[in-house]
Amino acid sequence: MGVLVLTPEKVAQLEKLLQDYLISIGVSLALLIDEAGNILVSVGENQDVDVTSLAALAAANFGATNQIAKLLGEDDFSILYHKGKKDNIHLSKIRDELILVTVFRDDVPLGLVRLKVNQVAKEIQEI
Amino acid sequence: MALIDLKKKEIYCKIVYYGPGRSGKTTNLLYIYNALPDRFKGKLLTIETKGERTLFFDLLPLSLGKIKDLDIRLQLYTVPGQAIYKPARKIVLKGADGVVFVADSLRIRREKNKESLADLKEHLFEWGVDIHEIPLVFQYNKRDLASMGIPILSVEELQEDLNKDLNAPYFEAVAPKGIGVFDTLKTISKLSVRYIAKKYL
Repeated sequence: MGVLVLTPEKVAQLEKLLQDYLISIGVSLALLIDEAGNILVSVGENQDVDVTSLAALAAANFGATNQIAKLLGEDDFSILYHKGKKDNIHLSKIRDELILVTVFRDDVPLGLVRLKVNQVAKEIQEI
Repeated sequence: MALIDLKKKEIYCKIVYYGPGRSGKTTNLLYIYNALPDRFKGKLLTIETKGERTLFFDLLPLSLGKIKDLDIRLQLYTVPGQAIYKPARKIVLKGADGVVFVADSLRIRREKNKESLADLKEHLFEWGVDIHEIPLVFQYNKRDLASMGIPILSVEELQEDLNKDLNAPYFEAVAPKGIGVFDTLKTISKLSVRYIAKKYL
């Protein structure tokens, strides 16, 4: 069993990355969580959203989808995307343990989100 | 997997209530949720089927006490007990820092308890965790059924069946009335936090 220790410097670095890559293009909420459903950092307008539940459900969603992947003979699905009427959510695996959750409105193009998520994932891996 | 946030000065600890279907895991969480004042608890999240059975998990976030000036945040999870939800149980167990095994005292559920414990062992092993090492507490639930003339297992029998080689702390409980619920919670949170602290702080 491992443990993640977040120092204030690491949190600041991660928050800045999420801010620069994602919030700047119009993403309303970006969360970095681990596979157990703990929130590492969260940035964006989250006053209306219960982020604790969101993180737990997102992690569980990922876990469930991984089991589906295994049934189909895949290792895992590294990206999940759910489209709503106004809000959309994009989940993407980073390294083995982390998941990046982004919530964005319809006026933000999905392609841009995917591109930025990819870029920021690379940077996060180096922290 | 525990998470320690030194910026917010918080330590996150995941505790999973495990056990066979209908043994009272969700009832434990509901009692805790209803008994605690708002400042200690978050929102209770449940994903259940129509028959009030847990489909995926329940989650109750709590904040209780401090250790070395870090606030302790507990996340209580339950798993779906029914055999067919095996993959879901495995997912919920990921990263657990402590486990409460809620056993059903009903005599006819004897084998189900044993099966569920074997299932727990197996899943922990798949995540690279030894059941002897992770903090574990047994709760023998539904003790009140004896007084209604329903055949139940004695504590000695439950101990012999489940806890003989694990030697974990155990409590007798009547979850809907809250008997034993907070004793169980206190013990598992103490053990889990101590376990994390000893290892990492």
